[in-house]
Amino acid sequence: MGTQSSMKLINEEGLRIDGRKFNELRPIRIEVGVLNRADGSAYIEWGGNKVLVAVYGPREAFPKHTQNPSRAIINARYNMAAFSVDERKRPGPDRRAVEISKVIGEALECAVFTEQFPRTSIDVYIEVLQADAGTRIAGLTAASVALVDAGIPMKDMVVGCASGKIDGKVVLDLNKEEDNFGEADLPIAIIPRTNEIVLLQMDGNMTKDELSEAIGMSKKAALYISNLQKEALLAKYKGQESEKEGE
Amino acid sequence: MSKSSDEIVYGLKREYLEKISSQGSRIDGRKFDEVRNLVVTPNFVPRAEGSAEVRLGDTRVLVGVKIEQGEPFPDTPNSGILTTNAELLPMASPTFESGPPNEDSIELARVVDRGIRESKMIDLDSLVIEEGKKVWVVFIDIHVLDYDGNLIDAASIGAVAALLEAKVPASKIGREDIPLPIRHIPIMITSAKIGSSLVVDPCLEEEEVASARISVATNEEGNVVAMQKGLAGSITEEELFLAIESSIKAGKDIRKRVLRK
Repeated sequence: MGTQSSMKLINEEGLRIDGRKFNELRPIRIEVGVLNRADGSAYIEWGGNKVLVAVYGPREAFPKHTQNPSRAIINARYNMAAFSVDERKRPGPDRRAVEISKVIGEALECAVFTEQFPRTSIDVYIEVLQADAGTRIAGLTAASVALVDAGIPMKDMVVGCASGKIDGKVVLDLNKEEDNFGEADLPIAIIPRTNEIVLLQMDGNMTKDELSEAIGMSKKAALYISNLQKEALLAKYKGQESEKEGE
Repeated sequence: MSKSSDEIVYGLKREYLEKISSQGSRIDGRKFDEVRNLVVTPNFVPRAEGSAEVRLGDTRVLVGVKIEQGEPFPDTPNSGILTTNAELLPMASPTFESGPPNEDSIELARVVDRGIRESKMIDLDSLVIEEGKKVWVVFIDIHVLDYDGNLIDAASIGAVAALLEAKVPASKIGREDIPLPIRHIPIMITSAKIGSSLVVDPCLEEEEVASARISVATNEEGNVVAMQKGLAGSITEEELFLAIESSIKAGKDIRKRVLRK
């Protein structure tokens, strides 16, 4: 968590600085099939986050020594654009991006039937065009949709939502100021069908009871976002149907 | 398609470890919530401002702390700097290669860093030499010497032990050396999921077949200050809270018995 300050994040009426209630999500919009060359793609806007995801594969893994004879490897690359944050970020992967790429790849691997595609790689490119806290979960949520768009078989779509603690209260879906000046941040992603946790990180300071409350809140929000993922996919393929009918 | 012999051996190992864990036992005879023998040797490298050698079973890690003068970050002009780095030395395992840090060593360093930073173990605000211009920079360097599983806990306990011993070399700027200002003692404990069991402090053989791991850092009040789920498998909420309980319990023991705090 960032530096502590006296900044007030919840007002007298119990509302947050962007006017949300403690358990309220920021607006989320998902679009499918937004890139031409990629095998699958998706775009997500989540509050001020704008994240674009492309999926290539399954294709022959390269370099060859990375190939696994019994399953596909998932190669996730999370990258922040230099202009996505207040102060220009030096381009290229930093240590934070390497770690986030790793945990996102591991989370997707829990859902994808990798054993169906030995010796291949499934490449997931996540580009954060504008960042507003919660980019890893926004990217992961969009990545699942892009994997479906690429026709890759999965148990279910991975979906997540962060929760955290600000002004001593557990809240859902931190924005940038809340992330910077709050007391804890807890990004979580799940597989809704089985209720398994596939990504979990936490920093800050929380009691067990607060954690339990936060996880419950995140899971509930994830189920709602899971529907948005499905609606976005349906919207694309229904659209194609009606186009065909029109021809 | 033919499978390599490595794959077959791996499959057999996993099957065996999952089978014995479903019967309540572990390959080295430990209980599920039992940490391996932990020996911490503080001040192993007197040249460093702080240091500790950690032996966790057959895993061996050396952590050195150097404290030097530097410029503060522009957004925190009145605060010292903490930076953590980890090296998986090729001497520590046949699977480690020399070269720039890979994602495993970066994750290790960042998870160790998170436990220390988020617990507010070090009072960074008191490490200012000249406001906005000069502060003390605390470098934690983790050297993995021998890899027999669970580097996260060994490295993180080593870092905490080294920081507890560390001195700020203020004599270099004409003041008196002072102990590094310490506020809290975070302990990070990792559990691994084997089949449907959760075991604390996995050894290498367990780590190799684990589907998921969960690392939890707690402070002396029993609050959680950092967590990281790893590996390409999932955990349930019940397993998460089991791992938190194990971490609190083992943390208390290590704080008292090993670090004597």
